[in-house]
Amino acid sequence: MAFVSRGFLGRSGTHRGTGELPPGQYDVGDGFPVLSAGPTPRTATEDWDFTIDGEVAERARWTWQEFRSLPREDVVVDIHCVTKWSKFRTAWSGVSLDTLLAAVDTSAEYAVAVSDGGYTTNLPLEDLVDGRAWIVDRYEGEPLAAEHGGPARLLCPHLYFWKSAKWVRGLRLSSTDEPGFWETLGYHDYGDPWREQRYAGD
Amino acid sequence: MARAAIRRRLTWRIATVATITRESDTARRLALRIDDWDGHLPGQHVDVRLTAPDGYQTQRSYSIASAPETPTVDLVVQRVPGGEVSPYLVDELRVGDELELRGPIGGYFVWHPDTDSPLQLAAGGSGVAPFLAVLDHHAAIRSSVPVRLLYSARSLGDVIGRDRLDGHAGRGVSVTIALTREQPPGWRGLRGRMDAEAIREHTTPADALPRVLLCGPTSFVEAVADGLVAEGHPTTAIKIERFG
Amino acid sequence: MTTESRRLDGNAAAGRLADVFVFDATVVRTRCGTCGTSAPLGHYHVYADGPGMVVRCPTCEKMIMRLAQTPGHTWLDMGGAATLDIGE
Repeated sequence: MAFVSRGFLGRSGTHRGTGELPPGQYDVGDGFPVLSAGPTPRTATEDWDFTIDGEVAERARWTWQEFRSLPREDVVVDIHCVTKWSKFRTAWSGVSLDTLLAAVDTSAEYAVAVSDGGYTTNLPLEDLVDGRAWIVDRYEGEPLAAEHGGPARLLCPHLYFWKSAKWVRGLRLSSTDEPGFWETLGYHDYGDPWREQRYAGD
Repeated sequence: MARAAIRRRLTWRIATVATITRESDTARRLALRIDDWDGHLPGQHVDVRLTAPDGYQTQRSYSIASAPETPTVDLVVQRVPGGEVSPYLVDELRVGDELELRGPIGGYFVWHPDTDSPLQLAAGGSGVAPFLAVLDHHAAIRSSVPVRLLYSARSLGDVIGRDRLDGHAGRGVSVTIALTREQPPGWRGLRGRMDAEAIREHTTPADALPRVLLCGPTSFVEAVADGLVAEGHPTTAIKIERFG
Repeated sequence: MTTESRRLDGNAAAGRLADVFVFDATVVRTRCGTCGTSAPLGHYHVYADGPGMVVRCPTCEKMIMRLAQTPGHTWLDMGGAATLDIGE
């Protein structure tokens, strides 16, 4: 059955043809949708830390103060959510994962980002290095708001945005790929928006 | 205790727009003709699915705003600025167009007229839609159950179903309207956001053991629910339909 | 804005759960596997604007159910719910 709603174009019908939109996405413009699987965790910065553990020679841990004193980078990137909105030229500031991962010795190939509230997402470790991923704590010049993942979130903009875990507290490194929260529920293990890897098997 | 009756599988079906009427500055009533509609309970909703020519689909839930006795199945849709579905339904849809939907859905957020408990309704914005179905059904079956409606809207122009509500008030339903942003000169209803005092004065007291249905934006219904619990209403007597 | 302001109810999951169950899930008395709260599923909290739907206990906010629909598949995880009492 091929029912079509007369006169309905959908958001996917607009803003195409610029070459900047991955397949099936639409430009959300100035909006910044808040998507969440639960209540907003509110971890005070004095209680916050970031750890890298799992298959590492020695685990690394930073308190908020230690994290804030690391070398920082400003990044402006396009982000693409699997629910089909894209947002162009978002401005973030934080610490490159190259800097953080330099603190551990590992032969792991995969990482699971672990967040307050129980959220997890899996990524290949090679996607988190070479200037392609950050732990960001500022957005558009302001401290990152809690609904967008503050105090700090992962930013890995070349993958669908569910990979950029909000409220991130650490990375667990492993030699095997362990599917995270959405990846165990039918979503793609890698999630490349340009190859439209939304669902398992895409 | 409601029953989880076994029923046939819910399938997508085609409805035809019979009439479109204005319900407020930003809301329209879409009266739908649906073949073989099995009827519904006041409070139930339908899922509406839109399909673009390229196959893109999106769906939303809308409360049924008409009583089971009405020959059409009516939805009241309020235009959400920047929305994807409501501007289409309010501005683009024409009489005679087809709409894909499934329903009726949900046996929890419904009014069963089979007990004598008083009924307290509270709505924020377009959350009044399922209560238009409840009140019309209450009138159609000549129910003697006492009903109160507390309804919060931004301005008089945003009040949905004014004529119907006036009609229900005329037959003894207690209707209290609060206008949060803008009140016309001489406005005799409530002003501003719902607070503890307004909830205490304009709802059925807890000792009358009312059943309570709340529908509206999440922040509104949670504030009213908290107020009612503070007044002694048990949480089990309060059913909520939030719409984020 | 907070994510709590986007919270919905079990009612919002009813249409999608109707793809899975032959009974109306919103009136099914559901016990939370974490804190033991027992209430109709319609009373539970639903977060629906992510890739899938997440159902949480209204008392302890622990996850009792999550549901995602991908092309040709419905994925359902009920690991957080202890029991469903389905009346006849």
